[in-house]
Amino acid sequence: MARMKFLCDAERCIECNGCVTACKNENEVPWGVNRRRVVTINDGVIGAEKSISVACMHCSDAPCMAVCPVDCFYRTDDGVVLHDKDLCIGCGYCFYACPFGAPQFPQAGAFGLRGKMDKCTFCNGGPEADKSEAEFKKYGRNRLAEGKLPACAEMCSTKALLGGDGDVIADIYRERVLRRGKGSEVWGWGTAYGPGKPGAQPPAPGGKS
Amino acid sequence: MRRAWLGAAVVAALVAAGCGEPEQVVVYKQGKYQGKPDTRAWDNAPLAAEQRGGKWTKGDRASWEEQIKNRQLAQHEHKRIYQ
Repeated sequence: MARMKFLCDAERCIECNGCVTACKNENEVPWGVNRRRVVTINDGVIGAEKSISVACMHCSDAPCMAVCPVDCFYRTDDGVVLHDKDLCIGCGYCFYACPFGAPQFPQAGAFGLRGKMDKCTFCNGGPEADKSEAEFKKYGRNRLAEGKLPACAEMCSTKALLGGDGDVIADIYRERVLRRGKGSEVWGWGTAYGPGKPGAQPPAPGGKS
Repeated sequence: MRRAWLGAAVVAALVAAGCGEPEQVVVYKQGKYQGKPDTRAWDNAPLAAEQRGGKWTKGDRASWEEQIKNRQLAQHEHKRIYQ
């Protein structure tokens, strides 16, 4: 059984924002709502700048799901976390609960209009008939129903952003790390986010990486 | 007099009709998804060949997963380049 996940390789991400654009275009996401964004740390510091593309991580134990007062979230058989916009009351609890800032609320209007929550659907639409106009208008494209992967991952030019079954993309990433010539001691946090400062060393072997 | 009573009865019926508003609020049950059921990806027919959605048998989860796995492995450039 597949568990759909995203994995972003910070060594490869070049902050081109192609994933953001692909998502916006594919799902016709309205102005002011960003289902995906690129976060850069140590911006402009040579050798220490790292970027990572962030959206809903489709958590196995999703906090948004736990705090929703109207229980509008559900998880598909493939592990994709989706929600029913007809039930959402726009309270914003999910936004406070999510560690990735994935839930988005339309902010158009002079008085900070909130509206119904919108988030990354792993290009899997929502609880409307698959590939219908209603599904597209409310949730965006349903690429999984077309046998495709999310547009952001498939459009990534450096293949920094991987999308798909957690086991499969973790294997791809693991092979990539080994081929880079770095050992398993840098597998994990150190590889994903780098040493942080110019000249800093990666974590010691056996240490927390 | 009878007309007045009849008129009053009609007015009373119209006023009472205003109270007959149907329930518009969803009754929520704590801790369980309350929304509409969703269809599953493999219950859709594959796209036409020129749209490059891959092939699977409609309703067969295993064949859909195989198709999606092939798509995932296409993200692995080492396999494409070195093999």
